[in-house]
Amino acid sequence: MTTLTAAVSEKKSQKKVETHRQVRAFNGLAHVALVFWALVTAGPLIWVLLASFKSNTEIFLGEPFALPDSFSLETYFSAWNQAHIGRYFLNSVFVVAVSTAGTMLFGSMAAYVLARYTFPGNRVLYFLFVSGLAFPTFMALAPLFHILKNLGLLNSYIGLILVYIAYSLPFTVFFLAAFFRTLPHEIDEAATVDGASHTRKFFQIMMPMAKSGLVSITIFNIVGQWNQYLLPLVIMQGQGADQKWVLTQGIANISTQAGYHAEWSTLFAALTLSILPMIVVYAIFQRQIQAGLTAGAVK
Amino acid sequence: MRHGKYPFIIGFLAVPVALYATFVVAAYIQTFQLSVASWSGFGPIKYVGFDNFVKLWNDDLFWKSLRHNGYLLLLLPIVTIALGLLFAFLLNVGGGSKGGMTRGVWGSKFYRVIFFFPQLMALAIVAVIFGRVFASDKSGMINGLLPDSWAPWLFLADERWALTCILVVLVWQAVGFYVVLFSAGMGSIEHEIYEAAALDGATRVTLFFRITLPLLWGTIQTAWVYLGIAAFDAFALINIMTVDRGGPDGATSVLAMMIYRNTFEYSQVGYASALGVVLFFLTLTFAALTLRVTRRDAV
Repeated sequence: MTTLTAAVSEKKSQKKVETHRQVRAFNGLAHVALVFWALVTAGPLIWVLLASFKSNTEIFLGEPFALPDSFSLETYFSAWNQAHIGRYFLNSVFVVAVSTAGTMLFGSMAAYVLARYTFPGNRVLYFLFVSGLAFPTFMALAPLFHILKNLGLLNSYIGLILVYIAYSLPFTVFFLAAFFRTLPHEIDEAATVDGASHTRKFFQIMMPMAKSGLVSITIFNIVGQWNQYLLPLVIMQGQGADQKWVLTQGIANISTQAGYHAEWSTLFAALTLSILPMIVVYAIFQRQIQAGLTAGAVK
Repeated sequence: MRHGKYPFIIGFLAVPVALYATFVVAAYIQTFQLSVASWSGFGPIKYVGFDNFVKLWNDDLFWKSLRHNGYLLLLLPIVTIALGLLFAFLLNVGGGSKGGMTRGVWGSKFYRVIFFFPQLMALAIVAVIFGRVFASDKSGMINGLLPDSWAPWLFLADERWALTCILVVLVWQAVGFYVVLFSAGMGSIEHEIYEAAALDGATRVTLFFRITLPLLWGTIQTAWVYLGIAAFDAFALINIMTVDRGGPDGATSVLAMMIYRNTFEYSQVGYASALGVVLFFLTLTFAALTLRVTRRDAV
């Protein structure tokens, strides 16, 4: 009996050692894989930062991660002034600020009414909005261009902003309608009994209660609209359009120009200027940003 | 019953519905209308029946583009989801068990922040960066890292590799999002299940395939749909990165690129709309198929 217990416990400890070794090996491999991907992710960005200080000759020497010979901000000045990064940046800020505000206002209004009021046509409208989620913007490119042209909104901020809002509505309505549906009906009724109007109920009671959902979807829309490339490309064309370009368009254009003039370092400085603010904002709000962007995918 | 319900509903829906109807619904409907027309964008519209679709059927570039769409549609989700699951598993369960608790590896928070960052960057800016990373001389990051004695790789200028480069960039950008998404899913799996399995002597590989994967099936399905839709328009990358925009020799052309060029460069709005209609049905089929194929009983 005792020998049996001893044998069992010996076997157990042997197994423990084995598992332990297995875990250590696994742990090691896990770290190798994770460090590898971290390098793959950060590598190109560090490379861009280094190259932004280098001269063209240095860039063509082929030592991507060597430190630059000297640090000067000259390339940054030329990116800001001659390549107009500053202007494109402000254009983006302006367009995204207005259109995100508009998206949130109109999106939450529509979502609220569709989620909490019964009226004929409610389901039809809801599905009309949500069906917009399924189809790529691409398929409607030509008609969209001509609709804007007929309305005289081509190459105008208003046109771009209205289109941003319209194309952000499907997801915003879908997400917020689900959110408004979950809010308790008791408070709603109490407010009605107290004589609050529908409008007042929406702005003073429902909006504050839906705050966490509103924050998520606001982040989602800011990031999405900031990163738009196709819509501005289609809408901001014509005479004098380059004054109104947003950042993505501007940078894409610099990259073509840089090829002709062999001014790669300006391009790298422009890229760094456009990435740095994002890194700063992300460092501060990374938790909210991750939650906001993934909120749509998890029910 | 309630006072002023309908004026309120109409007041709240008017602007969002008007915007959505003008810029989204009308554009989608006109795509169908224009797909049976010959129109350059100016002058009267001439209806030509199914001519555009016949022309499509005989267009080699269309079939080539369709193949490329298929390639991205298949490989982007597979590679991204596999990497996302791997890293999420390492981050959440890879750290071995202490006191019976399975944990993530050391530094998992840090990795999650780094991996996620590319998701915040505009695809257009990512495209500009990787256009330089893949440059076919020593100024490119990868060629710069290769030994001097090697002939530089052509990457984007090589018909055989250009599309794979696009795929690599799409994966690079997307993985972090799915790491965070799958991590959230894994976080909601009860620890007791892992512990019970670990006590029964299950290895990490078994844990992954027998517990994690089945319990995450719903999230993986969502991820597949998202990535599928992302794969339909790799437009920004192809427009900015590739030789001749869709080249070399059509090696990276996709339907989105064809729609854009036919609309804005060749003034073939009818033909572009026919392509849009094809894209519409492809997206619809893809979504329906995915939901059907991946349907499983809830665990």
